[in-house]
Amino acid sequence: MDSALIPKGVKRCPIGQFALFIAVVGAVLLWGVVAMLLIYIKGLNQTNMNNAYGFALWIWADLAVIALGGGAFFTGLLRYIIGKDELKNIINYAVLIGFVCYSSALLILAIDVGQPLRAWFIFWHANVHSMLTEVAFCLTCYFGVLTIEYVPLVLENRQVDKVPFFHHLSHNMHGIMAIFAATGAFLSFFHQGSLGGVSGVLFGRPFGFRTGINIWPWTFFLYTWSAAACGPCFTIFITRITEMVTRKKLVKDNVIDLLAKIAGWMLLTYIIAKIIDTVYWATVTAPAMGFTLMDFYSNNPGSVYGIWILIAEVGICGLLPAVMLVSSGIRRNPTLLFIAVTLAAIGACLNRWVMVLQTQAVPVLSFEEWFTYMPSWQEIATTILPVAYGIIMIALSYRYLPIFPQERELNPIEGGK
Amino acid sequence: MDQQKNKKYGMVIDLDKCTGCGSCMVACMAENNVPFREDDTDKLLSVSWMQVYRLSNGKAFPQTEECYLPRPCQQCEGHHGHSPCVSVCPATATDYDMHTGIVSQIYTRCFGCRYCMAACPYHVRQFNWWDPVWPTGMERSLNPDVSVRMRGVVEKCSFCFSRYQTSMNKAFLEGRRELEEHEYQTACTQACPAGAIIFGDLNNPKHAVHKLAQPDLAHEGKPRNPKAFRLLERLGTNTKVYYLSNREWVRKAGDNEVKKA
Amino acid sequence: MFPFSFEWIWDMSHMVFHGGLWYALSVIGMGLTYCVIKAVYDTVKGPGGGHGHGHH
Repeated sequence: MDSALIPKGVKRCPIGQFALFIAVVGAVLLWGVVAMLLIYIKGLNQTNMNNAYGFALWIWADLAVIALGGGAFFTGLLRYIIGKDELKNIINYAVLIGFVCYSSALLILAIDVGQPLRAWFIFWHANVHSMLTEVAFCLTCYFGVLTIEYVPLVLENRQVDKVPFFHHLSHNMHGIMAIFAATGAFLSFFHQGSLGGVSGVLFGRPFGFRTGINIWPWTFFLYTWSAAACGPCFTIFITRITEMVTRKKLVKDNVIDLLAKIAGWMLLTYIIAKIIDTVYWATVTAPAMGFTLMDFYSNNPGSVYGIWILIAEVGICGLLPAVMLVSSGIRRNPTLLFIAVTLAAIGACLNRWVMVLQTQAVPVLSFEEWFTYMPSWQEIATTILPVAYGIIMIALSYRYLPIFPQERELNPIEGGK
Repeated sequence: MDQQKNKKYGMVIDLDKCTGCGSCMVACMAENNVPFREDDTDKLLSVSWMQVYRLSNGKAFPQTEECYLPRPCQQCEGHHGHSPCVSVCPATATDYDMHTGIVSQIYTRCFGCRYCMAACPYHVRQFNWWDPVWPTGMERSLNPDVSVRMRGVVEKCSFCFSRYQTSMNKAFLEGRRELEEHEYQTACTQACPAGAIIFGDLNNPKHAVHKLAQPDLAHEGKPRNPKAFRLLERLGTNTKVYYLSNREWVRKAGDNEVKKA
Repeated sequence: MFPFSFEWIWDMSHMVFHGGLWYALSVIGMGLTYCVIKAVYDTVKGPGGGHGHGHH
């Protein structure tokens, strides 16, 4: 029924099956929308945030989703600036994933603030010294860049491309895409870093605080680095999931291998830097503020923030996947590769979790106890809302847009078309 | 025009006098139109600019000792006016005033991102999770000098800044720019039946707060009085609320220290 | 009401921030403008005059 919209030379499932899939995901999306409306109408008391947890699930989701969307800027940098041409076969998907991630972040932010109608104040009454201001500006600009990178894909839809103006527009945009990619990388460096700066500058919170260079705490650089490392891992993860769902090979092995290798080295060098930073913070910075390392990891209810979380973040979901990805033997095994990229993505999420939530949980005044938090269903629903939206976006884009240049070659249709 | 010396309004709270009665909290709520709900048992969801904490020395009977600690906004100066909360606000809705030393909060500019709440180690900043609801008739007893806040914005103790403005207006009408010590006093100071809270200008050697705390201006206001301490001194927040106690365990409770093995 | 009226001073951090921001926005804006204008030009020039892509 919609075959005129489907790219040439590829097969897609029947429209009825597709519609059912969208409907199921749409139901989840609707649940999220209901929660969102409740929050807008009744206020933030619909969440389980409180005066000890000003930052909670949503802020974590923002940081995590932007870290995972870092594949877009880093793959773009590798492809257009450094010249790794092979990555042209995955850059479209990386851009799409980035687009979904960043639009999700903006959506969550729009729900998170107490006065959404005043959200424009962050631009109009900007405090340039605040890390969040930097985040807001760079994120918005970079979302614009991602839109610019995504639009040519939409214009390349079989029917849209027939319009001469759209055809020329997408062609010209592709022509100067390197400029947009470079600007995107520049913006990403700063906003990924500023998100790290959000916790790093808090000199009232010894768990999150880091020293650094000039106005930038070390977490600034660590966040950009980990986004460059874990973002491509997430891209590979989503590509593999897509291949499983569509039961097709969409990207050649050498492309995945190249991206995974680069991500592996970025992850390894990041983890070494992270370990050095953690040791310095634990032995110098925190004691100067009156805390030992174990003060941050003991006596909390249920040991939710026991030392296991540090080992999980840096070891199991940091050093382990890094070593796996730099070893070609392991990297070329599809199952082990999938495990490695999954662990790396989880590692980025864990890092953002502790820097936001553990920072809030740790008592700073000596006569306070640990603060506990469990998100409400409204928070969970509105966090799953962008995931559902992302799945629908990816499904629609995969169905109607030429996302994977190698798909036709890898999945020849008998009889030809 | 005279070159006016910068004021540094601060407090000295004698913890050996505080009985934990809570009059300071009530007076503050009345003065500043602080909202409340029918069920305010969850202290992490309620708004209380002044909060009284109960401390204990952790020893078993008969060595058990308790101490009540009133905690207003500490009006941190940080390093040269960089309070932990002021530098992080993305909308310049809070500002450190060098002339008074008070950290302001602009309710109409705050869009409720809560970054300042994440930054404050003292939990003085509280969020309006709900819109305020005043029982019928009570709106007539609200203080007309203090704006009410709607849901979605952060609020905190302002050292009763409206009283400062009122006193300055009165002084101006009388042709002077300087205030006497008694002319600007916070609601909590005046309400305390034990006289545990003293308020004044830390920069003015004639004011009681200066004499009691003896702040060392060359070392970011560190108190010279050995019985005085500030909360979390080590963090460098450079606060303006000094606590006094003869009891060493109370003074030690004010900060964290890595115990040497 | 305006951002300038709230104790605004052109110090180094403001200059760096606005410098970077407007530089990035200019690059993006000029790039997009170029694409759109050239696309209009290419469309008006019509097929056969230049690249000669086959349309399907």
